[in-house]
Amino acid sequence: MEIGLSHYLSVSAVIFTIGMIGIFLNRKNILIILMSIELILLAVNINFVAFSQHLDDLMGQVFALFVLTVAAAEAAIGLAILVVFFRNKGSIAVEDVSSMKG
Amino acid sequence: MEQTLQELISAQNVLYLGPELWIAASAIVLLMVGVFAGERSSTQVTGLSMAVLVVGFIGLFFSDTRGEAMNGTFIIDDFAWFMKLVVLAGSAVALMLSVNYMKRENIMNFEFPILVLTATLGMMLMISANDLIALYLGLELQSLSLYVLAAMNRTSVRSTEAGLKYFVLGALSSGMLLYGASLIYGFTGHTDFAGIAEAMAGAGRSLGLIFGLVFLMAGIAFKISAVPFHMWTPDVYEGSPTPVTAFFAAAPKIAAIAMLIRVVIGAFEPVTQDWQQILVFISIASMTLGAFAAIGQNNIKRLMAYSSIGHIGYALVGLSAGTQSGVNGVILYMLIYMVMTVGTFACIIAMRRKDGAVEEISDLAGLSSRNPLMALVLTVLMFSLAGIPPLAGFFAKYFVFVAAIEAGLYALAIIGVLASVVGAYYYLRIIKIMWFDEPADAFVPVSGELRLVMACSGIFVTFYVVVAGILSDATTLAAASFF
Repeated sequence: MEIGLSHYLSVSAVIFTIGMIGIFLNRKNILIILMSIELILLAVNINFVAFSQHLDDLMGQVFALFVLTVAAAEAAIGLAILVVFFRNKGSIAVEDVSSMKG
Repeated sequence: MEQTLQELISAQNVLYLGPELWIAASAIVLLMVGVFAGERSSTQVTGLSMAVLVVGFIGLFFSDTRGEAMNGTFIIDDFAWFMKLVVLAGSAVALMLSVNYMKRENIMNFEFPILVLTATLGMMLMISANDLIALYLGLELQSLSLYVLAAMNRTSVRSTEAGLKYFVLGALSSGMLLYGASLIYGFTGHTDFAGIAEAMAGAGRSLGLIFGLVFLMAGIAFKISAVPFHMWTPDVYEGSPTPVTAFFAAAPKIAAIAMLIRVVIGAFEPVTQDWQQILVFISIASMTLGAFAAIGQNNIKRLMAYSSIGHIGYALVGLSAGTQSGVNGVILYMLIYMVMTVGTFACIIAMRRKDGAVEEISDLAGLSSRNPLMALVLTVLMFSLAGIPPLAGFFAKYFVFVAAIEAGLYALAIIGVLASVVGAYYYLRIIKIMWFDEPADAFVPVSGELRLVMACSGIFVTFYVVVAGILSDATTLAAASFF
């Protein structure tokens, strides 16, 4: 069986969905949310590279490289904010992120 | 094939990015100043950053450069020119509001003004983005700066929590936007807006493309805090330091709306029917939620968050029409909203007693007898936010509703008017508390720069009819860029 565009898109859609579910159903740890965000970005990259190959157009791979770079910056900033939050609150459980409501 | 740097620069029209290059270079220089001179340079760095924004504003104001640069990924037209001026003004004023507050709260870092500069740079790139890659990079530059700004008060649980919430939901929205961008790229074969529009006009729309459009719109809806993607707004507004909230309300939304306009009118013009449905839905949902959810709020920053959700809904009424008069209405709306919101936040920042800043609505009780001028300005701004003629807020709403009616969106316009009637309740409640309730303790004297912003905002809102002609000429010219 030949592996074609639709297979790549299916894998990417599945990973994207896992990432989404990871954010919304996770009730334990914020680090898991950060991992889910990385999964979403990975799914996007698979999409870009697969489309780029399929269309025989380089733009998608350029986009994927930019996404990789920004994802690294995003993870750095996310972890930094998480660290300051932990210093104040002493916890990174999702249920403790709730001092404001309404 | 050897190209000199000079040839490369002129071939790409790099100089079209003048204001952006100016802000980027200044931000780097000021960062160096801050790092080498240490914390004591914070005030000077803030002042210099404000000067950088003002110089950028003036330079842009007198520039008549129009065209595309960087292989068409960057565009500067009348629309981009106008929106950038609004964003630069909003950022500069927000920075001005911050100086005294940050000092009194002991969170005056030199990083703060520099992050405002980088966020503003991101916004300007968003406004000029003419390609999905440029759009994404501009958006991320802005968002990453804003996440840190929200968590600026490092020792406060609420501020860091606001930063964390903003980060998680913002990263999620960027992921959705990117997934949409990847589908759009895959099904059209282009990342530039002109190419996307051309591919759609030729081949028609496919299911994958509509999926991509929906994901892209969901991502942008997060950034403009439109319902159903508004969950972060009240918490981030409440938790962030007040001048940062003022900045959030003044500048990023304008840039995101400008980006939305360019995406839907520039790239997705051939499938107007499809995005119109989405916009009508999120517009109705935002107006309704903004009107009802604000009623029960006691914290004035939280109330302003719901108010901003509602106002984004009204602005989207104009964009839903998809016509030139609709776009004109949105541009005018965002300009007037920026002035009103900056004035209101100047009043909120002025709410300070001897033992610190206060932000409950009940703290405004009897303000009219303690500080009649501030009460008067806040009253005028509240009437304007509610959309009462002849103040500026009325004209903002008037033009978007007229555009919707011209486009035959009667239900949308009627729901909008009804929502603004409901919304008037909570604005009037603040006015009632200020003028008719038993006076609470007096605030400390208002500092000079807050008075200046309050006065300018109050005068603009009250005497809007005087400048209405000039401004509507400018916005008409800006809207004409697309048609």
